[in-house]
Amino acid sequence: MSKKYHVSLTVNGDEYECLAEPQMTLLDVLRDELKLTGTKEGCATGDCGACSVMVDGRLTCSCLVLAPEAEGRSVETIEGMAKDGELHPLQQKFLEMNGLQCGICTPGILVAAKALLDRKPDADEMEIRYWLAGNLCRCTGYDKIIRAVMAAGEEMKGA
Amino acid sequence: MHDILEKSGFNPDANYKVVGTSPIKHDGYDKVTGRAKFSADAFAPGMLVGKVLRSPHPHAIVKSIDTSKAEKLPGVKAVITREDFPEKKAGTGAGDMTRIAMAREKVYWEGHPVAAVAATSERIAKKALKLIEVDYEVLPFVIDEVEAMQPGAPILHDYLRTKGATGADADKPTNIVERSVLKQGDIEKGFAEADVVIERSFDSKPMHQGYIELQSCIANTSDDGQVDLWCCTQAPWVYRDRLTAIMDIDSSKIKIQQSELGGGFGGKTTFYIEPLAVALSRKAKAAVKMTMTRAEVLKGTGPVSGTHAKIKIGAKKDGTIVAAQSELSFQTGPYTGSAFVNAQQAIWTRYDIANVETLCYEVVSNRPKVASFRAPCVPQIIFGAEAVITELAQAIGMDELDFRLKNAVAKGHTTIYGQKFDEIGLIETIEAAKNCDHYKSPVPEGQGRGIACGFWFNRGGETTGTMSLAPDGTVNIILGTADVAGSRMSMAMMAAEEFGIPVDRVRATLADTNALGFNRVTAGSRTTFSSGMVVVNNARQIIGELCSRAAKMWKVPEEGVIFEDGFCRPASSNVGDFEPMSMKEISSKTTYTMGAISAHSEMNVTGAGPGFAVHIVDTEVDKETGFVAVKRYTIVEDAGKMISPIQVEGQLQGAAVQAIGWALNEEYIYGADGRLQNAGFLDYRMPVASDVPMIDTVIVEVPNPKHPYGLRGVGEVPLTPGPAAIGNAIANAIGVRPTSLPMSPPKLLALMKSAKA
Repeated sequence: MSKKYHVSLTVNGDEYECLAEPQMTLLDVLRDELKLTGTKEGCATGDCGACSVMVDGRLTCSCLVLAPEAEGRSVETIEGMAKDGELHPLQQKFLEMNGLQCGICTPGILVAAKALLDRKPDADEMEIRYWLAGNLCRCTGYDKIIRAVMAAGEEMKGA
Repeated sequence: MHDILEKSGFNPDANYKVVGTSPIKHDGYDKVTGRAKFSADAFAPGMLVGKVLRSPHPHAIVKSIDTSKAEKLPGVKAVITREDFPEKKAGTGAGDMTRIAMAREKVYWEGHPVAAVAATSERIAKKALKLIEVDYEVLPFVIDEVEAMQPGAPILHDYLRTKGATGADADKPTNIVERSVLKQGDIEKGFAEADVVIERSFDSKPMHQGYIELQSCIANTSDDGQVDLWCCTQAPWVYRDRLTAIMDIDSSKIKIQQSELGGGFGGKTTFYIEPLAVALSRKAKAAVKMTMTRAEVLKGTGPVSGTHAKIKIGAKKDGTIVAAQSELSFQTGPYTGSAFVNAQQAIWTRYDIANVETLCYEVVSNRPKVASFRAPCVPQIIFGAEAVITELAQAIGMDELDFRLKNAVAKGHTTIYGQKFDEIGLIETIEAAKNCDHYKSPVPEGQGRGIACGFWFNRGGETTGTMSLAPDGTVNIILGTADVAGSRMSMAMMAAEEFGIPVDRVRATLADTNALGFNRVTAGSRTTFSSGMVVVNNARQIIGELCSRAAKMWKVPEEGVIFEDGFCRPASSNVGDFEPMSMKEISSKTTYTMGAISAHSEMNVTGAGPGFAVHIVDTEVDKETGFVAVKRYTIVEDAGKMISPIQVEGQLQGAAVQAIGWALNEEYIYGADGRLQNAGFLDYRMPVASDVPMIDTVIVEVPNPKHPYGLRGVGEVPLTPGPAAIGNAIANAIGVRPTSLPMSPPKLLALMKSAKA
């Protein structure tokens, strides 16, 4: 029996506690312990961005964070993006502009795009492309994703 | 035969209210909020975790497997090996399938499963794998298919004899599965008529479908043998029937529920871990969840066929292509099933060429078994074919698109494989390409422009589905075909159009295998076409039933009732003075008529309309590094009639970027030890957002009259000319012809260097 570590963290404003094996990642905690499966595993090596979350306000691949490292952190995931029943402008634009096909990369891309637009809603196409270069999408060819992010930024700027 | 297959009712002048618009797809909401349930997002009570032990050797005899230590590890609930699967004769369909799932006599590639474990945690399962002792007798191996064809190459299967071989070699063990010739006319006479002849060799490396969703499944086998399987798949019924074939389980005892599919592109048309999970669950008497790692996906699941191609083509000075001869070889992995015939048939389908000969070899070697990828085997062969087409046009001095137009096939043309084309849109597509802004704009300084023309058959096939009307007048559709990118929404839109109601009143859901009769795989660009046929047929049955019920309620003859925009109405004032009756009014009173209103259709769908596309690409090549930047990309394609234009555009744009990855970077790299060296997304690098430009689309609509809404499949056509167009763009940018996929920086540097020398 390997020793488990007690981990307490805040996810989307709610407090959680769990016991994690030492090799478990924050991604494993979110998905397997807290059953917050909106955050996806695509590679487990930090190369695809499907597991993107915010940790203490910083965009992070949750597959690269060990569970005990998440102790006391504040984590934001896709499940917390819509507020009070209202979709975030990014979610709305992704829907309207078909910024998703199969949808497996979508949560990670939305979290990553929000991290950019929160700082810089007027990011241009090139900035968005380079910011999202850590998020693989195999379906869309990125075109409609980039356009949806630009349109959401436009709306957030006006808000 | 269903009437709809004979007479679709397509009306070219119809003004549609729903079809041709781009509403938000219903499955989108759960996908932007994280609620959509993909394969790995499910959990079962008492669930164990399964892991696979894979061969480190590309070719070896499995002399013995000792699982005793693993079985004794606390927390291990089951260990399975070849002993847990019934013997199926090697070289048969079931024999190959069972051996791909779990090695028997030999391992045939690095990553071939040899054992699997179910345990109470992933950590324990991994620890148990290390306790399994496999005694291998390592054998010489061969990776490349051309080497595998040489005399003296290591032989994979002693029993294999070349299908189609003649002479002394016909009865010798070989790695060549099949030698196949497809020809018409007189090839010698054809070349004798040619003024210009181009002859070149090309090759391509395998690449992976690259879906982001790792294969994951949960199998739960009850004590009486009932199997519940949850997994991501493009082919629930095919998985079921294959489980029956290799595990001798009655199909009626297997229920497969497809999850949301996180990308497939052909790669999820066959199973890998699923039979292992079923066997583990049966042995452990518990639910077992298995999820592949990315390295396992790259090593253990289908890449595409690597190929070699020798192509010779001749044309007259006036631009008529008179002869085309090719010799093509296809890697298939250790077992047959590359679907090379697609390429053999599709290599020249765009052009009317009198004299053609296409010789193909399918070859086994020590690689993972290939799997389908959008237009299987076609893009890598069109890479060479469209290169020589461009070179012919340049040699003759004709505009490239005019040259293609001069030789283009049209309605009435009979293909080399015997299909007579009905309404097709090749000429319209080439003309639209000529007229598009990209083609008319000058090539920017320092860049090269490439053109290529592609084709895909588009398929139909066995399809089933049901539809029911709820008492509130809303409509439920149950589909058997997997939804790989939004087809549920297209189905809902077609149904809404039939009923004349808002699309929000219709929902489509995906069936489990117990709910419907057999459905072919979602592949071949068949789903929106075939399931659409079923949906429209069901809607029309329901409309007929609504009219019949209204007639009964009004006590008038059935022919006295018509259906319009969601209401039954008297056909004329002679029928009587009745207020129009809504779907809701009729369906809420079914208790008093004949019970619930529903419909089902089972069809072997025919009438799919072939698709054609022209790609135009501008590239810039860094002369110092060989790096290629794709500066501008336009796809011109005939989609038939579009159901949801925004989804059609998405299909085209996604294919373009997959083509960019294939053309410039993606390949399986093997070491001298026969092991894959780039089994991860860092080293197997697919295009990211900063690698590519916006992808422009010009969509031509030449309706397919065989479909009630005129649609053609669009999933595969847009990949077919991609690598070729990029190759032609690079050739024009650097003045020398690249002939090897991927056209990666080191290869292009060497090419530019050799051209200078």
